[in-house]
Amino acid sequence: MLRIVANRLIVAVPTLILVSMLIFGLQKLLPGDPVLAMAGEDQDAQVIATLRAKYHLDEPVPVQYALWVRDVAHGDLGTSLRTDVPVASLIAEKLPVTLQLAVMAMIFALGIGIPAGIVSAAYRGTALDYGANVIALSGMSIPNFWLGIMLIFIVSVRWHLLPSSGYVPPTEHFWLSIKTMLMPAFVLGAALGAQLMRHTRSAMLSVLRADYIRTARAKGLLRGAVIVRHAFRNALIPIVTVLALLFGELLAGAVLTEQVFTIPGFGKLVVDAVFNRDYAVVQGVVLVTALSFIIVNLVSDVLYIVLNPRLRRS
Amino acid sequence: MATSSTSPAPPAPSSHAVAEAPPRRRRRRLARFMRNRAAVAGAIIVLIVIAAALLAPWLSPYDPVQASFLSVREAPSAAHWFGTDELGRDVFTRLLWGARASLLAGVVSVGIAVVLGVPLGLAAGYFGGFVDAVVSRIADALLSIPFLILAIALAAFLGPSLTNAMAAIGISAMPRFVRLTRGQAISVKAEEYVEGARAIGLGDYRIIVRYVFPNVLPPIIVQASLTVATAIIAEASLSFLGLGQLPPAPSWGSMLNTAKDFVSQAPWMSVFPGVAIFFAVLGFNLLGDGLRDALDPREA
Repeated sequence: MLRIVANRLIVAVPTLILVSMLIFGLQKLLPGDPVLAMAGEDQDAQVIATLRAKYHLDEPVPVQYALWVRDVAHGDLGTSLRTDVPVASLIAEKLPVTLQLAVMAMIFALGIGIPAGIVSAAYRGTALDYGANVIALSGMSIPNFWLGIMLIFIVSVRWHLLPSSGYVPPTEHFWLSIKTMLMPAFVLGAALGAQLMRHTRSAMLSVLRADYIRTARAKGLLRGAVIVRHAFRNALIPIVTVLALLFGELLAGAVLTEQVFTIPGFGKLVVDAVFNRDYAVVQGVVLVTALSFIIVNLVSDVLYIVLNPRLRRS
Repeated sequence: MATSSTSPAPPAPSSHAVAEAPPRRRRRRLARFMRNRAAVAGAIIVLIVIAAALLAPWLSPYDPVQASFLSVREAPSAAHWFGTDELGRDVFTRLLWGARASLLAGVVSVGIAVVLGVPLGLAAGYFGGFVDAVVSRIADALLSIPFLILAIALAAFLGPSLTNAMAAIGISAMPRFVRLTRGQAISVKAEEYVEGARAIGLGDYRIIVRYVFPNVLPPIIVQASLTVATAIIAEASLSFLGLGQLPPAPSWGSMLNTAKDFVSQAPWMSVFPGVAIFFAVLGFNLLGDGLRDALDPREA
């Protein structure tokens, strides 16, 4: 088992190096010269030269890359060209906001997706299964930013039930924070829940066909007990992998959700940085996103082995 | 190469079967697809979207770009079925023209992903070893940056435009096709007919084109259909963020970007573009699901 885990870690290293090259290479695609933009209208040659030296833009590209990797390894993701604040601090400041949104969205996704998937598989071919599938497919086809706009119109503008935008830290006012985040979390969690439902259903269906399920039923175990104790526990293994893959969609969906509900998180940071041509921030956000995605998938690989007795023994 | 030109290759027994089966298999697949009502509904929705995009100049009652300040934010009526926007433009007309941007983005970006991803996946799966290691690591690296984040980053660095959005979406979707094709190619290359082709001296290129590629095609078609759905949402998302189709050219995503500021005064501006995206994406998802059931590789 340890060898499999070590193997996964070794494979992650070249992926990390390639990701870092890709992210570093992105800035070379940039239209325009950020230093000229920073230098203002005067375009003083001395100022331009100082700025170039400050950001190592006067060095050859491989040297720039090596310097960037060295800095990143020391936790230095550069400085925002716009605000002159370290990118790492900006990300550290915004990350808890997005994490709160992501955790609440995941609660919605798991709370809707897994029970719906189990029920749908248990009642395969019935109206319940058909209805759950239609809702899941619709959930996957609705753009989440549109769902957000519609909910703002109905829940906030018409019914005055929940705030339409903004953010309150939970440390400041816990219940108001939850209330403000409820609608964005539902919007973000709905599409994930729909996908989770489909994956849970198909994992459950393949497990329900297994011989040991027939044996469990033949033993006279109650239907509910068979489904929860035997089928779901085994169906959980592929679902863990799917959850890790959905983590990427969660981060991407957060960008749009934060934009719709004006939440000052990670996603809003990257979109604002794009328009401000603040490429150090864009690079930092993409790097942290990729790193967390790689780590989450590594953890899910290990969990997959831990949860699967056949792999564990090997 | 020389071998095949001097002596026409006698097909291996199983490839003979492959050569004979297609018309019957195709009919069976078509019949299975036609029995699936959801898949047929998906195909009809997709055809409606294609018709709207192609016939927009003839179907649309108004100009999609020309502002009309005498009819700003008018509610839906007989004159303007879906109302008008903040510049008095007919929402129905802009939806028809917006179908072009969405469909173009879906098809072109998936085309880019297929053209780049399938050959790389074929090479990685067929040759294995170093080629596989390099291609797989590149695909892993691209996959570790979430689809939309990579598309946002690329669109940002390349500059906002529909063309750049399509390129960004295509590059982001490419690794899915690399992985899928690689996996399929690995299983196909172990088949007896590939071994037979190798035994009679066919070159790698011919084996890949004649035997491996046709057999990995069905899952690629399914994936392409489902990825068009993802690409349509991605284009709408990028345009919504201001990184795709730029105003005043109509796109469903950019229409929603403007509409969100008028949601309380003119909700119709938000409702219809969203419904259009929903149906187009649903259509491609249903079509993809139906194709998967019809082209189930286990049936072959």
